[in-house]
Amino acid sequence: MKIVIVGAGAVGTTVAASLCAEHDVTVIDIDPARADELKYELDVLTLAGDGTTCSTLEEASVENADLFIACTDNDQANLVASGTAKALSDVFTIARSKNVDHLRTWQRTEEAFGVDFLVCTDLFAAENVVRLIGLPASIDVDPFAGGLVQMAEFEVTADAPIADKTIAEADRYDSLTFAGVFKNGEIVLPSGDTRIEAGYRVVVIGTPESIQAFAMDLAPAETPDEADEIVIIGGSEIGYQVARLLEDRGFSPRLVEGDADRARWLAEKLPDTTVLHHDETDTEFLLREHIDRADVVVSALESDERNLLASVLAKRVGAGRVISIVDSADYVTLFEEVGIDVAVNPRQVAAEEIIRFSYETIAENIAVLEDDKAEVIELQVSANSELIGKTIAEMDREVDTPFVVGAITREGSVITPRGETTLKLGDRVVAFVEIERANAVTSLF
Amino acid sequence: MTWRTDWRSSISLVGTVVKYLALTMLVPLVVSLVYMEDVWVFVVSIVIAVLIGVSLERLESDPDLGPDEALLLVSVVWFAAAFIGMIPYLLAGYGTESTVGADLSSASAFSGSIINALFESMSGFTTTGSTLLGEISVERHSHALLMWRQLTQWLGGMGIIVLMIAILPELAVNGAQLMQSEAPGPELQKLTPRIAETARALWIIYFGFTVALACLLYGLHLLGYAPNMDLYNAIAHAFTTMPTGGFSPQADSIAAFSAAVQWAIIPFMVAAGVNFALFWHVLRGEARTIVGNAEFRVYAGAIAVFIGVVAFLLFRGAAPPTAIGGATEGVTENTLRQAAFQIGSLLNSTGYATADFATWDTHAQIVLLFAMFVGGSAGSTGGGIKVIRWLVVLKAIRRELFVSANPDTIKPVRLNGLVVDEDAIRGIMVFTLLYIVLFGLSAVFITLDSARVGIELTALEGISAALATLGNIGPGFGQLGPFGSFLFFSDTSKLLMVFLMWIGRLEIVPVLALFINSLDRS
Repeated sequence: MKIVIVGAGAVGTTVAASLCAEHDVTVIDIDPARADELKYELDVLTLAGDGTTCSTLEEASVENADLFIACTDNDQANLVASGTAKALSDVFTIARSKNVDHLRTWQRTEEAFGVDFLVCTDLFAAENVVRLIGLPASIDVDPFAGGLVQMAEFEVTADAPIADKTIAEADRYDSLTFAGVFKNGEIVLPSGDTRIEAGYRVVVIGTPESIQAFAMDLAPAETPDEADEIVIIGGSEIGYQVARLLEDRGFSPRLVEGDADRARWLAEKLPDTTVLHHDETDTEFLLREHIDRADVVVSALESDERNLLASVLAKRVGAGRVISIVDSADYVTLFEEVGIDVAVNPRQVAAEEIIRFSYETIAENIAVLEDDKAEVIELQVSANSELIGKTIAEMDREVDTPFVVGAITREGSVITPRGETTLKLGDRVVAFVEIERANAVTSLF
Repeated sequence: MTWRTDWRSSISLVGTVVKYLALTMLVPLVVSLVYMEDVWVFVVSIVIAVLIGVSLERLESDPDLGPDEALLLVSVVWFAAAFIGMIPYLLAGYGTESTVGADLSSASAFSGSIINALFESMSGFTTTGSTLLGEISVERHSHALLMWRQLTQWLGGMGIIVLMIAILPELAVNGAQLMQSEAPGPELQKLTPRIAETARALWIIYFGFTVALACLLYGLHLLGYAPNMDLYNAIAHAFTTMPTGGFSPQADSIAAFSAAVQWAIIPFMVAAGVNFALFWHVLRGEARTIVGNAEFRVYAGAIAVFIGVVAFLLFRGAAPPTAIGGATEGVTENTLRQAAFQIGSLLNSTGYATADFATWDTHAQIVLLFAMFVGGSAGSTGGGIKVIRWLVVLKAIRRELFVSANPDTIKPVRLNGLVVDEDAIRGIMVFTLLYIVLFGLSAVFITLDSARVGIELTALEGISAALATLGNIGPGFGQLGPFGSFLFFSDTSKLLMVFLMWIGRLEIVPVLALFINSLDRS
């Protein structure tokens, strides 16, 4: 496969490094020195120039490429580069964007800006952090459909409210589907009268909020509730997104920001968050604000040094879990060695997402469960699919390959599948399927 | 005092407005032709008003409005309207015992009669509803003159400027600025991209409500539920309900009509205190806007709570059984009706009455006085401080208290989920404080001035005189009660009240800003 990458920053380099072994990769960077440097680091072709112009992209022969990835640090440049590439050829384009608004715009049509797949770095990192905060009891969590849908796997304990109930009895959550049950490692595709017993593992698919509510019922002690104290140190874009996502899930976090204007902006955007304006690494201030009693501290400052300082401090005074954003991938292990519970690297998260996407073809997103026994896949209903116009109930009767539809997203919003739900062209379906039947299911779409 | 403002432009446009305003006298002219009374009064008034308008208009052939001129225009238009409006009173009352008729017997009697007529006219246009008409009846005054009195309130309710923007293209150019100065409430809500269309939409809704009420009242008459609510009265009362006016051609206000009429008017009075922009959204099928609107919820809640309290007090016997409105102690329907009507009328500044609340016990009167401070909603026809300002003030106070305990916290004030700009909060604080200061000073002035000329005034009367005129409410307490009169005040007090009504309708700021600016520049 021929791949053109625009931007040789941390994300671009990581992506190029992982793809260059199997594919022909061309990297474009606006800085001639950086382009020159990369030529010796990786086995790729480099080109110095502006990736948003026709001439540069033609020079990189984008018309012969199969995949185009725009991942500079500048959102607008990435979108314009993708649009330009799309104008030159029908190459598949992936763009990176920090701004969530661009993602929301793109989700409306999924072809805006000439982008075929948009990766929102900061949102991905923030969702990662929120999953770490919100669902410590889960065995596995994965986002689907750009974060609109989540899949989570939980172990059912003896005192869980759904233990010893049938699926029909347990199913009282809005926007949540019981997609699969593992009975001592054996897959059971659930029907209404499947009984859930203690020790089973259940796979649920639904909106992040409904998953959170489910976790709350299943493991109330471990799952943070509204009364839990969550402190976010630093109002960077990631810090803001974390606070916003936590608000969506019913939490009221506190957020510390050092810049007065930014703090004001955050306070206006985040109605349920208490925004404090103060130097974020002032020890005395953090103690005065009782950071030691916080259940979760998220450090989301702009610089790694300050993040390290803030998180070590929080850990030292006795905060519960400390999650830190680490900008430089090299420091991730360092952070974890000094006792920070989790270090999240946004660039790594973005690069992983792009790489994963580059490998997948029709099935756009896969989560593998229980040692390759089953997987949750995201599929889009294509124009020649025989499923168009069928309800879920009809599909269950007519299709002899069993699988469970966990969630459907249509035009950027989530539809909870019920028997009478009709599938339409362009719907994204998140489905639970046994691994050996995955290809058969994929071919239906 | 030197004006750097291009006052010629403003005054010239005032002339245009006056010219069109003169045409509204065609309505009482038609009434006078129907009853064949006072026909000459309105013919002459129209001629005088048109002449004044045309001559002012000639001051500037190509008027050009900047922000300063717009402020001047709005302030002067309202004064000019009151001035034009008093002409029929003076003419019709000449040579009769009318308290507002021109009296040429002496210089002081002449100036006194002018002030009386100006008071009545200003009270009309500003939808205040305070009156000093000696005897209100169609025997004493003609049907036509009393209809003119009703019509002034209807014109003033949705706003003269708003009406003119809707029909005059030359005003629409700077319309947003003009409407901002006139519209009740801290902020102008544009409903459509074109300001003239917004103005038209508001007037159409206003007109629709008025027609609906007139039809309802006359319908009740035809069905036999309201024997004395004839067509004349139905139209007259529809004219003063929707602008939260309060004038009535009946001496007994709404107490002159049956219980069915009183119940029918209550929802329209309450609706008149709601932001008309919300009705616009409802008409467009967005009914959720009105339910989710914080101001509307507080307004409706405040009305419900006040009705509950007053009904409770009346049920326990706060009203003497002999007073107009009848016995309420232990009577459920009358108690509830009297409470709902009086609160619906006073809270949003209408000023109708079905009971002489001036004779109620003091504890019930204090509750009514407190209700008068609330006011209608922004963008309604109601007067007073306005619910939205109270909301913002209370939220800002709560924020201050919270922040003083948590000094690092940044806490924006939110209304309907939207952040209220800090400048807007400051403006609202200044307005509310200014309102209370003006109210206090005026109450003191009126009381002292009355003592000067030897009029005995109780504290409640002095306070209510200032509040009733500044808040465009109308009736006060004691001698100023709903069936009383403001006639006995001295000329200076009356002039102050004319001023209070004027600045109260324009929400103080445009007029005072004009004075302050001219002082600063001299």
